[in-house]
Parts: sequence; structure tokens; C-alpha cells
Amino acid sequence: MPAPVISARNLRKTYKEFVAVDELSFEVTAGESFGLLGPNGAGKSTTMRMLGAVSERTSGDLQILGLDPNDHGPEIRSRLGVVPQADNLDSELRVRENLLVYGRYFGIPRAVVARRADELLEFAQLADRAKARVDELSGGMKRRLTIARALVNEPRILLLDEPTTGLDPQARHVLWDRLFRLKEQGTTLVLTTHYMDEAEQLCDRLVVVDKGVILAEGSPASLIREYSSREVLELRFGSDRNADAVTALAGIGDRIETLPDRVLIFAADGESALEEVSRRGIESITSLVRRSSLEDVFLRLTGRTLVE
Amino acid sequence: MSALGSLYARNARSVVYRGALASKSSNAVVIISGFFEPIFYLLALGFGLGSLIGTVQTQGGAEVPYAAFIAPALLAVAAMNGAIFDSTWNVFFKIKYAKLYEGMLATTLGPLDVALGEITLALSRGGLYAIGFMIVMQALGLNLAWTALLALPAVLLIAFGFAAIGMAITSYLNTFQQMDWINFVLLPMFLFSATLYPITVYPEPVQWFVQALPLWHGVELVRGLTTGVLSPLMLVHVLYYVVMVVVGLVFTTRRLRVLFLS
Ligand SMILES: Nc1ncnc2c1ncn2[C@@H]1O[C@H](COP(=O)(O)OP(=O)(O)O)[C@@H](O)[C@H]1O
Ligand SMILES: [Mg+2]
Repeated sequence: MPAPVISARNLRKTYKEFVAVDELSFEVTAGESFGLLGPNGAGKSTTMRMLGAVSERTSGDLQILGLDPNDHGPEIRSRLGVVPQADNLDSELRVRENLLVYGRYFGIPRAVVARRADELLEFAQLADRAKARVDELSGGMKRRLTIARALVNEPRILLLDEPTTGLDPQARHVLWDRLFRLKEQGTTLVLTTHYMDEAEQLCDRLVVVDKGVILAEGSPASLIREYSSREVLELRFGSDRNADAVTALAGIGDRIETLPDRVLIFAADGESALEEVSRRGIESITSLVRRSSLEDVFLRLTGRTLVE
Repeated sequence: MSALGSLYARNARSVVYRGALASKSSNAVVIISGFFEPIFYLLALGFGLGSLIGTVQTQGGAEVPYAAFIAPALLAVAAMNGAIFDSTWNVFFKIKYAKLYEGMLATTLGPLDVALGEITLALSRGGLYAIGFMIVMQALGLNLAWTALLALPAVLLIAFGFAAIGMAITSYLNTFQQMDWINFVLLPMFLFSATLYPITVYPEPVQWFVQALPLWHGVELVRGLTTGVLSPLMLVHVLYYVVMVVVGLVFTTRRLRVLFLS
């Protein structure tokens, strides 16, 4: 077992009395792609800022690359790449200049930074935008530039806080593709998201966080196995009929979850659950059998959906 | 790692480099108007009003033409204004809206690098204004002694002091409205710091008050050098600015650390 590159034990952060992060414990190994999954306000960004050595923990132990961020902030930051939740690109500088200047902040020699800037623009598919103003870029391009900027110091670990929130589906896929390449090249990725599909695409392992605490931990597949069924049958009855329908559905599948707009039946075999529904003469407006996802895991763990 | 190691990476020059690149797109009108403003004052007051006044006695007891009396004061004021503009409005915007320092401090840069870099930029604008103005003074025959050459480093020190204090204060402010207070203080300080007439016109208690203000020390320092009337008191003026620099740096560094690294 290689030594972990990140190791958090009882990590805690409070703002006055408010507990934003409550006794988180987890480890990330080199080359792994690790996710923090949770709804808004779960404490993901707060955790990421502590990992990035820009926010001091209130208590607990934290080691990044074997160093304590309280004592070795600059050293740790020199080996991290950070993509914050809100882009903080330098809008007074052009696209390529953003990379040059950021590299200089790390004290990397000019010639080296210049070469890396060109490579990274290529990687981020922004080579033809090198001289553009930052404000002229689309949301997806800004995000890719922020990622390129985070890579300018050739970091061992890349921290990404909600890398694709607010992007359209196509831009998200482009970004996932880039992140996947980094992962293949061996960069350790730590990312937060409140998108299940993103977590399933990118994370080898993840923790589900809510209200500052870890609810579950594992690979996407193992979490689904443990906290959900193989398949899910979704039925819509119209909001006022949901409650009645649930009574009639009792006993079908492993478990039934009622949401405001639909009823979910968790079952190993969704099709046979659906057959049982129609055998009982229960009529739904729409029905859908799908594979179980992390969304269902979160619902099971918290009784709530992730993105309302 | 030492405490200073986490505050300072000896890389303030990268912040200056960033500022130089960014200034390419900055507002030329603001920069040029800052350059001409003291020259207009000099022409209007120094020569216009000066033709009615004749000569004035300096603190050191020398009789000098009115224009030569106010020119060094205007020089000190130009350095102050240039430094304050860059270290207050620009810094406020960068802290609150551009999130520039958040990005910088996520790298190996420490808050002292950021403070030193930004103050150097602010100071260099003040310094440029000063060089231009000194050339104008020379052309108009208002530099009365060779010691006027020393006015240049003196002006840089003045700009450094104001930039450091300006950035420190700005880092504690929360709203644009509070920024207006800075102007509210600067204008009367410009008018009353023995800039346009000798301090002896005031009753003694007022003189004490004026002598406590930073600009008076700057004006007296520069005036002593351009008129060639030197006195040991000038060391006090220098010391005053050294203290401003140190206090400004300490508070700025502290505040940036609290804002972005805690
Ligand atoms: N600087 C701060 N001061 C006070 N409360 C904060 C601060 N930063 C975050 N919080 C609070 O901590 C909680 C967790 O925030 P955050 O880590 O941003 O969550 P997430 O990134 O998962 O959406 C939220 O309730 C937020 O309001
Ligand atoms: Mg967040």
C-alpha cells in the first residue's frame, strides 16, 4: 500500500459557532481520483480550501504530501494545482499571459513558463485563443484555462472544486475528457461535485458528504451496490395521486421512495417490478426502468435529492 | 519553516511583472491626467498667483520665489496622490471583485510578496510623475541647488510610505463608501500642510497639528532639498516615512493573511 498523498483525520472547520466541516477522515493515494460528493452547503469547498493550504483547520490532523499545511503552506502549494469553485482568472491579462504570470508566481523561470504555457494552451484546446481577453471566453473555455493555469507548476495533486457546474453538456464532456487524460498521466485528482454522473465518470473512490459529515465512502459501483439496488423503476402518477399509489405498491421491489413528482421502486429486476405493478392494475402516467445511480445512493442516505 | 517563510517567498517581482503586463490595458487618461495635474497647479499658482506674491520665506529661513516655494510641495503631493490612487482604489477592486490576491496566495507567494509588489507598482507611478515634474521644475529654474537631485529618492520614499499606509487601510475596508473617507482626508491635508504658504501663518497649536501629519514631513523634506536649505530635522522627516512603510507593510501582510490564508 503506497503512502497516502492526502490524509485527513477528524478534520474540522468552524466559522464562529457554525460547523462547516465536522470531523472528516479520509485518505487519498497517489494517482487516485477521489471525489467529495454532496449538496450545496455540505462543506466541500471549505474542505478543499483546507487541502489547498489556504484555510487553517480548526482542529484535527491534516497531511498533504506528508506535510502539515499549518507549517508548510508554501511548500505544499508549490506542489498543488487548484481550480477554485469560482473562476479567479486575471481579467486584466490575456489568455496566455494568465499562464505566464501564474507560473512566475511560483518562481518558475520565464523560459520554462513560456514553453509550458504553449503546451498547456494546446492541452486546454485554447491555442487559437492565446491572445484573447479572458472576458471573451465562454464558461467552458474559462474553466479549461483555469485548469491549464493550475497545471503550470506541474502539480502532484490537482484540486478541482465543482469543475463543471454551470457548463452546458457539451462543454462538460470536453472537460471530462481533459481530466480523464490527466488521470491517465498519473495526476492525482481530488474533485468535488454535486453531479452524480460526474462522480461516476471521474472518481475511482468517493465520499458522500452532507452537513459537514461523511455519510458513506467507496467506489461508485460499491456504493450503488451497498446503498441501492441494481435497477430502479420510476413511476409518475401526478403529484396528488402519489400517496395513494404508494399504498397500492407496497411490497414491490426492495424499497420504495416517494418524491414530490415521482415514486421510485428499488429492485434487482426493474422489468419484473413493472410487470407486478401492471398485474396489480395500478396505472401510472409514465414509467421508466433504469440502472441505479449515485443519485439513488444519496437519496437513500439523506432522504433528499442532491440537486433540487 | 520560519514564520517569515510562510509570509514571504522573495518573489514580489512576479507581482510587479503582473502589474506591468496589466497596465498595458489600463486607462491612459487617468495616468496622463495624474501627470499634468501638478504642472497645472504649478503654472496657475506658482506663476499666476506668484506674480502677486513675490518671495516667501522657507522654514529654513531662505527667501525664495513663490513658484520655487510651492513646486517641491506639489512634487510631494503628486507622489502622494499617485501612490494613494494605486494602493487604494486599485487594491480595493482587486481584493473585493477581481479575487486577484486569492489566486496569488494559492501559489507559493506570501502576503508580504503581494504587499511589496503592489506597493512597488503604486510607488513607480508616483515615481514617474515625480521624474516628469522634476524635469519641468528644472526647465523653469525652480531647482535652486544640486541637492534637488536627492529629491528624487526622497519622493520615492514618500510614495512608498503613502502606498504602504494606503494599502494597509484599504485592506481593512469593506465598502466603496468607506473609500470616500480617504479623499476626505487627503484634500485638506494637501491644502493645509504648508504646501501653498509657510506654516508660520498658523497659530502655534495648529502648527503642532500640521506637523503631526505625514504630508508636512514630505513637503519639508523635498523643499529643503530643492531649495538647498538642509537641516538635521530632515532626518526626522525620513524616519517618519520609514515608520509609515514598516507599519503599512506589517498591517497589510497581516490583513492579507487573515483574508486569504486563514
Ligand atoms: N467564510 C465563511 N464564513 C462563514 N460561513 C461560511 C464561510 N465559508 C463557508 N461557510 C458556510 O459553511 C457551509 C459550507 O460551505 P461550503 O464549504 O462552501 O459548502 P459547499 O462547497 O459544499 O457548497 C455553508 O453553510 C457556508 O455558508
Ligand atoms: Mg462549494
